[in-house]
Amino acid sequence: MAKRSAEELAKNQREISIAEFFEKNRHLLGFDNPRRSLLTTIKEAVDNALDACEEARILPEIQVELIQLSETRFRVIIEDNGPGIIKKQIPKIFAKLLYGSKFHKLSATRGQQGIGISAAVLYGQLTTGKPASITSKTGKGKLAEFVKLKINTSTNNPVLSDEKEVEWEEKDHGTRIEIDMEAAYLKGRQSVDEYIKQTAIVNPHCTIIYTDPSANQIIFPRATEDLPPEAVEIKPHPYGIELGRLIKMIEMTAAKTLQQFLMTEFVRVSSKVSKEICENSALLPKTKPKKITRDLAENLYKGIKKTKIMAPPTDCISPIGADLLERGLRKEINAEFYCSTTRPASVYRGNPFVVEAAMAYGGEQPADKTVRVMRFANRVPLLYQQGACGITKSIQTTAWKSYGLQQSRSALPVGPCSIVLHVTSVWVPFTSEEKSALAHYDELMKEMRLALQECGRKLASFVNKKKRLKDEVKKRSYIEKYIPHVAEGLKEIMNFDEIKKREIEDYLSEILEHTRGEIEEIKVDNPDYDPEFAAIGKEVVEKPKEEEKNEDKEENEEESNDDDSVPKEEKQTTLG
Amino acid sequence: MAKKENIVEEKIKEIAQEVYDTIHLKEKPELESPIRSLNNVSYNEQEGFFKILGKTKVRTLTANTIKTFAQTLRMMALSKDLVSDNEIATKREAYYLSKNWGEARFKEQPESDSVMDDIEAMMGVNREQIGFIPGEKGGAVAGELTVIDVDSESKEKLEIDCTKFGSGAYAIPSSVEHLKFKTKAKFVLAIETAGMFERLNKHKYWRTANCIIIAMSGVPTRATRRFMRKLADENKLQVYVFTDGDPYGFFSIYRTLKVGSGNAAHINQYFCVPNARFIGVTPQDIIDYKLPTHPLKEVDFKKIKDVLKNDPFCKHHKEWQKALKQMAQMKVRVEQQAFSAHSLNFVIDEYLPNKLKNSKTWLP
Repeated sequence: MAKRSAEELAKNQREISIAEFFEKNRHLLGFDNPRRSLLTTIKEAVDNALDACEEARILPEIQVELIQLSETRFRVIIEDNGPGIIKKQIPKIFAKLLYGSKFHKLSATRGQQGIGISAAVLYGQLTTGKPASITSKTGKGKLAEFVKLKINTSTNNPVLSDEKEVEWEEKDHGTRIEIDMEAAYLKGRQSVDEYIKQTAIVNPHCTIIYTDPSANQIIFPRATEDLPPEAVEIKPHPYGIELGRLIKMIEMTAAKTLQQFLMTEFVRVSSKVSKEICENSALLPKTKPKKITRDLAENLYKGIKKTKIMAPPTDCISPIGADLLERGLRKEINAEFYCSTTRPASVYRGNPFVVEAAMAYGGEQPADKTVRVMRFANRVPLLYQQGACGITKSIQTTAWKSYGLQQSRSALPVGPCSIVLHVTSVWVPFTSEEKSALAHYDELMKEMRLALQECGRKLASFVNKKKRLKDEVKKRSYIEKYIPHVAEGLKEIMNFDEIKKREIEDYLSEILEHTRGEIEEIKVDNPDYDPEFAAIGKEVVEKPKEEEKNEDKEENEEESNDDDSVPKEEKQTTLG
Repeated sequence: MAKKENIVEEKIKEIAQEVYDTIHLKEKPELESPIRSLNNVSYNEQEGFFKILGKTKVRTLTANTIKTFAQTLRMMALSKDLVSDNEIATKREAYYLSKNWGEARFKEQPESDSVMDDIEAMMGVNREQIGFIPGEKGGAVAGELTVIDVDSESKEKLEIDCTKFGSGAYAIPSSVEHLKFKTKAKFVLAIETAGMFERLNKHKYWRTANCIIIAMSGVPTRATRRFMRKLADENKLQVYVFTDGDPYGFFSIYRTLKVGSGNAAHINQYFCVPNARFIGVTPQDIIDYKLPTHPLKEVDFKKIKDVLKNDPFCKHHKEWQKALKQMAQMKVRVEQQAFSAHSLNFVIDEYLPNKLKNSKTWLP
């Protein structure tokens, strides 16, 4: 074989555009199948809409509409009442991957990387060849900007067409996106319906108007007029920084000295702490950042680890709150018992975070199945990759037997129970870009377990109480069973009549009741339960009909078991 | 007799009335009965039997006792009906009658037997007097004895000659109070196993020794014990007991026959044979007669330990303590039939005559 020269090989070597990369690896972003692609598109658009509204301090009202164009083709329309986007930014936001406002700051927003919505546009373009349509209006009395967008995958740049200004009467401001794409619409636990419902549960300040492909409109009205506190941006904490990032920050900083750099670019670094870091790194505080080489940066990195630095402030993240979380759960599940907890803020790798948990036990939930797990990160429902998620792992590694649920070794517990876990942080550590599963950081896992244990203890006291009551009821029914026999025995010996016998029975009940006290009743008492709400997203099973049919079939089978040649008509008459 | 039955009926009504009244006072009713166990009996040789002490158990109506409470009342009702109709039911029949009681029925016969024993003790009377009879087979009798019974239909006197059963034997009925005896025998020999009885009967040992032989087949039934007691009382006959040489033979069979049991503490007075003497097989006999043996089992050691510690009869008699300790040391037990190792009729020709002559080899 002829050897090839480096020059020859170089002809094939070229830059790979991020768009090209994701064109080939769309599963990394959650576009691995038509059903999931639909969900991911809606999720990315809704995430952005909510973030935009909250940032602009507007109570969000979001419309989601799905129109089925053909068997496998859908039009997805998401419209918000957010601040709108200025003309210049529209193409980059929607048609350039890795363009966004949230990547370079630390705040508890839904979006992080600036990939999601442009990936949805790219997916639509890949599967239908059509551009996405964007309309955005930034204020009352202004015209809205309309544009159709595609992505040039080799350059990762937007391609614009049909640019125009349009009237948009209904709204003072807002943004609307329409994408046509290959998709599949199904109900169930990983459905669009379920996603929207769960989003409504954890975003009670938001109104969502959802129109499904059968043109059914469901309105999720907001439950509170209070916007969650604004996601406060914080600077990174020295403990959370990696060497590469540190080097980049040193390159970019405007600070004149190392000490100044540390104090201005990081949180919790006072002049005293900054001097300590310098000391621990064997660097002079007055060193110019430009003079810091890679090796010196590594010294600095190690010096940071050696220095005791106060944990980052935690007021920058706002949990949903145990009460609101529980209220959401009450709407969804009709149970006998609810509990919830919000943990104090904690820190992993310099990022503050808060864990919240809620549980619903008993009622109509099946006792012989594994518990239902609802995972949320920064108010976004996580519907995929349950098995890989740190939240699931934390539930699995909690000992549920002592809290009244069955559990085989390191598995999800079994019992009539639903568990909600919400993690909110300035930087939620997802395992991959599709943002479906949380990484297993020790600090995170520990906090989640503590939250679960806190709920578990409350659950245990309820389960025990329920068991005691059950025993008591059993004992009482046992007593009631034998009271007539005591009376009957006396009656036979003393020859008295039925009236006297009943009198004796009443007295006996009274005597035994008196010594055992009143019995408390446990029942489902949940005025917040909304059966229509709970039904959203569930797979439609027409049960009664099905059963009837099955019974008939069985009978039929018995009759015509060994006779396959029975004509169809005859079978039908038997059925009728 | 008729008078006594009325007493039972009255007593049952009295107890029921008390329960009834307590319920009307809205208080928990109670049933009281003597404790039937060895720690509620005393023994002294003069009285000659396990005398019941005053300890009682009170069954208060609660969630835990209500089932037994109901069953006791219903069993009492059944007993009252039996007595007033002059009817009887076997223990097994009573158990089956309870099957009509719905939820209050007995699951197993031991449950109904235990309730029955409680009622019997509560009344302080014998089971037959409350209308129940045992289902088990009584002992077998052969020898120089004529039993005088009454034909149940013709009410005529029946004379039963116990020498005329050939290779069979007279079976002791469940109720023996009405029986009368005529005998010229010198003593009664009570035998544990039917096998040994067969051998003695076949060779008409009762003729040679001029005695009555009775097979107990294990622990003698109440009727068998009462039968021997009557022979001892009314005909002044000495009763000798011949069992296997093991703790069960000594303290389940012999002790119960002689002084009664803990379980039937309330009726021991009538169902004991204080003049009974134990002739064998003693642990010393094993040595003296060079008998083939079996090793003692775990249960045997347990029984020896238990008897030495708890049995008032054993505690009273040093000889028995010695014998039991000797047996525990030898670690062996012996069966009645072990004598056949010497020759089939060794027991008739050698052992029994020798033993009966020499009272020093007996145990009290």
